[in-house]
Amino acid sequence: MRQLAVLMACAMLASCGQQGPRNTGVYMLLDTSGTYREELVKAEQIIRYTLSHLGETDTFAVARIDTGSFSEKDIIAKASFDDRPSAVNRQKRVFAQQIADFVESANSSPYTDISGGILQAVEYLNEKGTGNKTILIFSDLKEDLEEGYVRDFDLELHGFDVIALNVTKLRSDNIDPREYLTRLEEWQGRVEKAGGEWRVINDLDGLDGLL
Amino acid sequence: MAFMLGITPWPVASALLWIILIVSALYLARATAHKAIQAMARALHRGFRTASKAVARSQEDLAARNRDVLLAAGREAKERVIEREFDRINDTVRKDLGNYSALHRSLDESIKRIEDDHQQSVNVPPDPPGWVEAVKAIAKIDEREGRFGVGNILSDIHKSLVKAHKEAMTAYVSASKQRHQLLKGMRPDWREIQKTLSRVGKNVDSLLARSVTIDRLMQEYEDIVRGHDRAVSVLSSSSLVNFFVSALVLTVAIGGAAINFSLIARPMAEMVGGTSLIGGYRTADIAALVIIMVEISMGLFLMESLRITRLFPVIGALPDKVRVRMAVITFTILFLLASVEAGLAYMREVLLHDELATSALLRGDASATATNEYLWITTAAQMGMGFILPFALTFVAIPLETFVHSLRTVLGLIGIALLRFMSLLLRLLGNAALHIGALLEQLYDLPLFVPLWLEQKMGQSADGKGRHALSGEIR
Repeated sequence: MRQLAVLMACAMLASCGQQGPRNTGVYMLLDTSGTYREELVKAEQIIRYTLSHLGETDTFAVARIDTGSFSEKDIIAKASFDDRPSAVNRQKRVFAQQIADFVESANSSPYTDISGGILQAVEYLNEKGTGNKTILIFSDLKEDLEEGYVRDFDLELHGFDVIALNVTKLRSDNIDPREYLTRLEEWQGRVEKAGGEWRVINDLDGLDGLL
Repeated sequence: MAFMLGITPWPVASALLWIILIVSALYLARATAHKAIQAMARALHRGFRTASKAVARSQEDLAARNRDVLLAAGREAKERVIEREFDRINDTVRKDLGNYSALHRSLDESIKRIEDDHQQSVNVPPDPPGWVEAVKAIAKIDEREGRFGVGNILSDIHKSLVKAHKEAMTAYVSASKQRHQLLKGMRPDWREIQKTLSRVGKNVDSLLARSVTIDRLMQEYEDIVRGHDRAVSVLSSSSLVNFFVSALVLTVAIGGAAINFSLIARPMAEMVGGTSLIGGYRTADIAALVIIMVEISMGLFLMESLRITRLFPVIGALPDKVRVRMAVITFTILFLLASVEAGLAYMREVLLHDELATSALLRGDASATATNEYLWITTAAQMGMGFILPFALTFVAIPLETFVHSLRTVLGLIGIALLRFMSLLLRLLGNAALHIGALLEQLYDLPLFVPLWLEQKMGQSADGKGRHALSGEIR
């Protein structure tokens, strides 16, 4: 009888123990360089979709990719959702408004620092300590660094899902499609080498498996 | 195998040799083997029989215990019913026959009034006419004095008589009128007496009916106390019915509790957070469940305090004052919890609409955010359910008590059936062990058919020689 009581107590303690965080962290990078700025309306739709799928204690941040993206200043909107449903709804509405304001007033940047943006995303999500970590890259994946910027480092993406969204074909890609394919392969290789999971979603009507 | 077939240069010869050796060995060991098989079969048979008897004894013990439990429960239930009947009789006697003296006095007064009125309303005969005597007297005067003025006198007399008659008639009519008034005044008294007597008659009838019921209940109670089989059978059957009915009602109550849970689980996340977990379950869900459980517990205590149920003898045995206080306290807590639930139900509706509005905003669907003018109906309905369901769940105590009490009997019946089945199975196994022993003996003899045949032949020839010798000796 005594052993049974001890066993039951152990089972209860084990069930009450720490099981690790189950929340989700999403960091979205928006490419605002050149003509890609015009795609921001689509990005807004994706952000709204993501917002509707996030819940209590999840974290969401949206940052722009510009000349030097490894900076907190590039974060457009961020929120760590409360654990009360009413507060979460309020935060989502504010977030959506911030994004709408940005889409209306965003300027295009001359350079595209995707690597810096990913590094910033990794730092941000690691700091938040969420259970699932997802980086969404809304870009054509064409990195264009200003002279002097060093981005040839290895990333640490263990436990991260990296999803490239709306990877549009450039004019040069149309002339030589191998460029597009090579670009995708390079990013996939880089992410997977860093321990992350890589996916590409170009059909924005099929966002069901996004999160 | 190769070794076995290699004991002679010819494998067939080796095999035959082995067969002969084995059969010979088996034949030699036949009697011992048969004894061993029989011993094993008997041992198994006895073991199974013993086990069967033990199980049968357990079944009988359980049946006796179940019978005792059933009779005790039946006795208790019957005592409660009889007690209630006596309470009702007590109420009737106290309420209706308690003021019997006042009733008697009222009847006496009414009857006295009627007697008085009756006395006063006796018909007074009118006075006998006085003129006869007067005429006689006048006639005598006339005879004595030889005067003949009688006519004039009679005329005067006639006049005075007519006048007197009129006065007498007037007085008579007046007296009759008064008597009628008195008789009329008696009517309410008659009615009052009739009403009172009919009420008394009704009460007496009710008491008689109750006494018949009590007689019947007492007869049943005596049957239970004496442990009559019929009483046990009735109790067992009614226990099964109670079990199924209470299980059905409890299932309905569980449905109500589930609806109650869905009403408060969502808004509870606003109070305790929507993501924290306890043992793998959401804290908000556990909190909602705890509230419902507390409500059910309060309902149980309330029912106990009101002595409607008797699940906790401690509460039933409390002094009346403490018990009433307890009832008031539990009802207050229940009322507060019901109010909290109504508030949470309202909060649920608000949250739902907030969430819908946010989803619509994120979808870019502005029309979905428009408010419905009939929204207040669902809100009011939810609040009403949130307030009423806790009180409705209070009544779960009644079927729960019945379920718990009948469960003991039902479990006992199931146990008895299982033990009876086991006893039968063990007995069958015991018998099967004997038959299997006999079968094994036959199977043992099967490869020994040659030596057994030879033995039989030899036995027959020995018998034949013996018979010949015997017949020679006889001759």
